[in-house]
Amino acid sequence: MRPFKYSKATNAAGAAKAVAGNKNAKFLSGGTNILDLMKEDVARPDELVDINGIASSQIRSTPAGISVGALAKNTDTANHPLVRENYPLLSQAILAGASEQIRNMATNGGNVMQQVRCLYFYDTAVNCNRREPGSGCSAIVGLNRTYAILGWSEHCVAVNPSDMAVALAALDTKVNIQMADGKTRTIPFTELHRLPGDAPHDDKALAHGEMITSFEIPKNKFAANSYYVKVRDRASYSFALVSVAAALELNGKTITTARIALGGVANKPWRAFDAEKFLAGKAATKENFEKAAELELKSARPLEFNEYKIELSKRAIVRALEKAV
Amino acid sequence: MKYIGKAMSRVDGVAKVTGKAKYASEFDVKNVAYGYVAQSRIAKGRIKSIDVSEAERQSGVVKVFTHLNAPKTKSSDDDFFALQSDKIVFSDQPIAFVVAESLEQARFAARLVKAEYEEEKPTSDPRSAPTVDSRSPKMRGDAPAALAASPVKFEAEYTIPIEHHNPMEPHAGIAFWEGEKLTIFIKSQGVQAFQGHLAKCFDIKPENVRVVSPFVGGAFGAALNPHYITFLTASIAREIKRPLKFNYTRRQMFTGHGYRPYTWQKVSIGAEKDGKLRSVIHEAVGNTSTIENFTESPNGFGRTLYECPNYHTPYKIAKTDLPTPTWMRAPGAVTGAFALESAIDEVAYQLKIDPVEFRLINYSEKDPETGRPFSSKALREAFKQGAAKFGWEKRKLEPRSMRDGNWLVGWGVAVGTWGAGQAPATVRIALSADGNARVGSATADIGPGTYTVITIIAAEFLGVDPAKVKFELGDSDLPNAPMQGGSITTASVGTAAQGAAMAIKTKLVGLAQKDANSPLAGASVDDVEMADGTLSLKSNAAKKVAVADVMKANGMTEIVETFTSTPNAERRNYRTQAHGAQFVEVKVDEDLGIIKVTRVVEATACGRIINPKASHSQEMGGVVWGIGMALQEETAVDHRYGRMMTTNFATYHIPVNADVQSVETAFVDEEDKIVNPLGIKGMGELCLVGIPAAIANAVFHATGKRVRDLPITLDKLI
Repeated sequence: MRPFKYSKATNAAGAAKAVAGNKNAKFLSGGTNILDLMKEDVARPDELVDINGIASSQIRSTPAGISVGALAKNTDTANHPLVRENYPLLSQAILAGASEQIRNMATNGGNVMQQVRCLYFYDTAVNCNRREPGSGCSAIVGLNRTYAILGWSEHCVAVNPSDMAVALAALDTKVNIQMADGKTRTIPFTELHRLPGDAPHDDKALAHGEMITSFEIPKNKFAANSYYVKVRDRASYSFALVSVAAALELNGKTITTARIALGGVANKPWRAFDAEKFLAGKAATKENFEKAAELELKSARPLEFNEYKIELSKRAIVRALEKAV
Repeated sequence: MKYIGKAMSRVDGVAKVTGKAKYASEFDVKNVAYGYVAQSRIAKGRIKSIDVSEAERQSGVVKVFTHLNAPKTKSSDDDFFALQSDKIVFSDQPIAFVVAESLEQARFAARLVKAEYEEEKPTSDPRSAPTVDSRSPKMRGDAPAALAASPVKFEAEYTIPIEHHNPMEPHAGIAFWEGEKLTIFIKSQGVQAFQGHLAKCFDIKPENVRVVSPFVGGAFGAALNPHYITFLTASIAREIKRPLKFNYTRRQMFTGHGYRPYTWQKVSIGAEKDGKLRSVIHEAVGNTSTIENFTESPNGFGRTLYECPNYHTPYKIAKTDLPTPTWMRAPGAVTGAFALESAIDEVAYQLKIDPVEFRLINYSEKDPETGRPFSSKALREAFKQGAAKFGWEKRKLEPRSMRDGNWLVGWGVAVGTWGAGQAPATVRIALSADGNARVGSATADIGPGTYTVITIIAAEFLGVDPAKVKFELGDSDLPNAPMQGGSITTASVGTAAQGAAMAIKTKLVGLAQKDANSPLAGASVDDVEMADGTLSLKSNAAKKVAVADVMKANGMTEIVETFTSTPNAERRNYRTQAHGAQFVEVKVDEDLGIIKVTRVVEATACGRIINPKASHSQEMGGVVWGIGMALQEETAVDHRYGRMMTTNFATYHIPVNADVQSVETAFVDEEDKIVNPLGIKGMGELCLVGIPAAIANAVFHATGKRVRDLPITLDKLI
């Protein structure tokens, strides 16, 4: 690890200002990702601004739904009665990720801001556009069995590793952000992560110094009909090859509203808008699920070793929807 | 027997779970400095220039070593030593060694070492690397001709990727010199082999080197060889004239101690329509490095397994620009078993014969290689017991014929075998008048429970409670013992412990009989029972004398005996093998390809079991290892860079608890008077050998898909 300065912020505005004032500064919350990256010499901040305790770690109901603090721990969020009862999809997704020990440390804000787990991003001996912009993507013709099939570019083919983010994307979440100038702003969760385009190093909609303070999840009628499917290389403690968060609002056997998001397939949680649109007003049948999946994966483009993910994604969508019903 | 064969918890268990057991890097050595290596970005070429000035300027840095100023080995062995020249032979090869006051300072400074290279294109893919023939046994019969003449023919290719041991404890060492005397605490499976290695490297007498390794946090073959860590730590400690500590990081473990080689295999089988094997040609090519020719025997293990008159096992190694492989649990055998036992399964299906039945049709009653008998072979009984426990008779032969809801169910079987080896070993026992016994031998306990098993044997033959026995190992000053490898430790050291205990008894009986009025007068040693601190006549227990009194009468406070056991000469008239029949149930999600190993039954014929609890635990470990090998483990190499890429636990998958469900074991009675007096065969490797093949066979039975390239990841099934 390289030497760095450590400071503890006393409030959100101060933290944002402190980080904004130093282009090599980073926020520190649970530390489950940034410390690893620093030990591997991938992240080289010269200052860490500790934000623990300065923003909300509360999970509370609001007139519009619930507010989930950015600094609440993953474990506490997944096990919170409000989440378990009203947003079981979120609870399932969080518990499908990482390990109990990591979830005990990791915060919600940190979870959605975590870095890709690309082999080449993690290895400073090889090129990576995300780590060193312009150096080239080593994964695009490399060991890419676990990489993206949707929305990738020639500059980056990595996937977002978060499970929690997939559920948040499906649930129409909004993100409250503290800006460096003391003001705040709110964006849809689906806009927080960006496709890599020609700037994979800059794939979050936050300016340097901006900090997530909480997530707002609106009320919905999905609780009885939602499901998170995660397909991975072992039963626990591994990232998704493909995951699907599916939520349905049903009127009898007819789908009123569908929400579907995919993980493990793109640099962002992939909200399946085409599939959702197709399913709205249709009967909740396997045939319709298959058609919706087919439609959503139309734009998928495989790399050398991950063609299987296209078929797997379709089947996982169908499975998640069947389970949701 | 009073203690042998009874389940006993580990004597070192409490020390391990309370942190009192000291592992190599935990010894408290004053004034210790810390080392950290900087590593090569390229896989092949030479260092044109290396700049350590910035690293040297950092606070806390004691000194930076490169090939320009690092001490050189005096050993002529072709092992890889770090910092010996400007030549780069694998990616992540050490190019500099930073010594600092703290680990953090050393690690930071190591990142500031700058090297310029003359880079050459590496060849890390064994499929395109030059090969050399390796020694393989003479062909039995005429395998190609017999194959051509066989009415049933089969041929398929199998591959396994590079796999790493990944013990929890990374390799670590602490070295210091007192004048010409070196002491090193280091993770080791053989302290005396390391001692000999270091003596050669420094050209000093072995008695000037002490190697200490009382506890090892898993090794599986990774600490059989000293690797570069041992000489580097010892030699730099001498240069800086102070104690030095050096640990590998997890990433460094991937290039610091070797690995199970990538292996390509082709199995060609000729058989009669009734299932009788006529010919097996089992070819193998494994990778090695450009600097050493590492060989194991991936195809040789199968030559005794089946009664087949024509058998051929050509073996080559491919010289790649990677580090040198090494032995990894069940080396060769598990690699070969995956191919051969898959192929046997495939032929059984071709002939529509039950896979257990097919193996029994071809059962070797004697060593097909030499015609000599097996010293014991209860594999048939293992099949019987294993099949009964597993419920094999309910199996339907057709693939895809069994289901559990969404899950396809598959049942597979495979055989494992491993040589029942033994090596010379010496044990010293000091029995004191108060009945306490100190037992010592320079063996290791890398996890199987050697501390416990030798304690049990010593207690049994000394006639004392195991709680009164203290067994010391892992110190080169102790009496000679072989490395802990090849499943030979209990057979070797256990036999010596028995011998030493018997020698003490003989001595005591002799001392007692110096007294003409001894109740034991005239008795032979065999007529005497030694138990609970008393020597008594087996024929008349009332005729007895206390051990303490015998010692007292002879002015002694303790009796010390040293015994060296050597393998029984009778062994050469027999084939000595252990066997196991390994049954597996898998469930496969038909749509998503997810594979679960839901049930494993291991039926094992491996001679006498000394500690059933530890043996069950070993078998569990073998099953978990087999699940990893079959379904998850792969050190992926990016051949553009000749670089291993999956060098951490996030990307190199090993099973987690949730991957392991029911594991049952059965030990078949197998009396063997040839291998050694106690009939011990060893089982640490055996319990793994057939598991990957049994899983692959079960996956085929479930899905109808035959996966011949490990690991069987779900993308290969959908």
